[in-house]
Amino acid sequence: MDILEILLYIQIALSVFCLFRVIRGPSIADRMVGLDIFGILVVGICAILAIQTGRSFILDIAIAWIILSFIGTLTLAKYLSGKKLNE
Amino acid sequence: MRILALFILTFIFWLLLTLDFSVANLVAGAAAALVTSLLFAKYFFKKVVKFLQPVRYFWLLVYLVIFTWECIKANFDVAYRVLHPAMPIKPGIVKIKLGLQSDFARTMLANSITMTPGTISVDIIDDELFVHWIYVRSEDPEVYSQKIAGKFEKYIKKIFE
Amino acid sequence: MNSMVSTIFISIGVLFNLFGCIGLIRLPDVYNRLQSATKCVTLGTCSILVGVLIHSGFIDIGVKALIAIPLLFFSATVAAHALVRGAYHAGIKLGDKSVKDDYKDAVK
Repeated sequence: MDILEILLYIQIALSVFCLFRVIRGPSIADRMVGLDIFGILVVGICAILAIQTGRSFILDIAIAWIILSFIGTLTLAKYLSGKKLNE
Repeated sequence: MRILALFILTFIFWLLLTLDFSVANLVAGAAAALVTSLLFAKYFFKKVVKFLQPVRYFWLLVYLVIFTWECIKANFDVAYRVLHPAMPIKPGIVKIKLGLQSDFARTMLANSITMTPGTISVDIIDDELFVHWIYVRSEDPEVYSQKIAGKFEKYIKKIFE
Repeated sequence: MNSMVSTIFISIGVLFNLFGCIGLIRLPDVYNRLQSATKCVTLGTCSILVGVLIHSGFIDIGVKALIAIPLLFFSATVAAHALVRGAYHAGIKLGDKSVKDDYKDAVK
């Protein structure tokens, strides 16, 4: 078994850990922190997969994921601070 | 002028992203960069001349080295606090004075503070920056302003202002 | 040689991600969780991307990893500010161990 494969499995296990905080979290903000961190961990998974398979389009997915999760977090944070979305 | 600078930046970004120098790709990239720069030039930097002053790039390199070192220190700090069985934390929100004027410099300072050991910036109201600190070491505003922001402020002033 | 150095970088990255996740689970309130998680996970993922860059050199995979690093830095830090500010305005209290709160007077 390759060491990169083991690291990939560890990384996937960590993202499942984050989902634990999403499910348990006592307040809405905790759940949102969990989702934000989950998004960054998925980028790590994509990077390791790109090395293993040798295809570059997986990193395109990672870049798009960074931008989309950023926009999603900003929207949720704006909702949390009690403003309208068109401000 | 701003449109031209943004056009060059986005075009370089496109070339790095595709790494394909055929004519069709260059034309498509130029079209996309032109539309982007026409739409978003008004959100770009006010003074484009700053891009052409080489001394700023030198300070940027110095700043990157210091910043990377602080980042690594921050990670070991967090690892120590998380793995310690008693969790030595004493959190609080403190207020520090800002000496920077331009918006982009302030954003960079807030980002740097977020990545350094134990601090995360919360909000800027007028000239004051609010920082959540995981272990409040002193009660004196002068001391903690110097400790949190002083290190970066002088470099950021040289780079962005 | 290159693949060994890159494997070391990726291992360090995964280790820091592990610390960040432990902090996310263990620390008491949302502000402290955000501190540990943002710092550790961002630098860990950047370290993984540097590993990818070293492994493949300056071909398409490496350059894309190099682009992703500054993008990740800016998006992660700004998202963290937005979350902290939103959580404070939503009325979530600082934890029991907190000693100081200057922001309360400024918001009112």
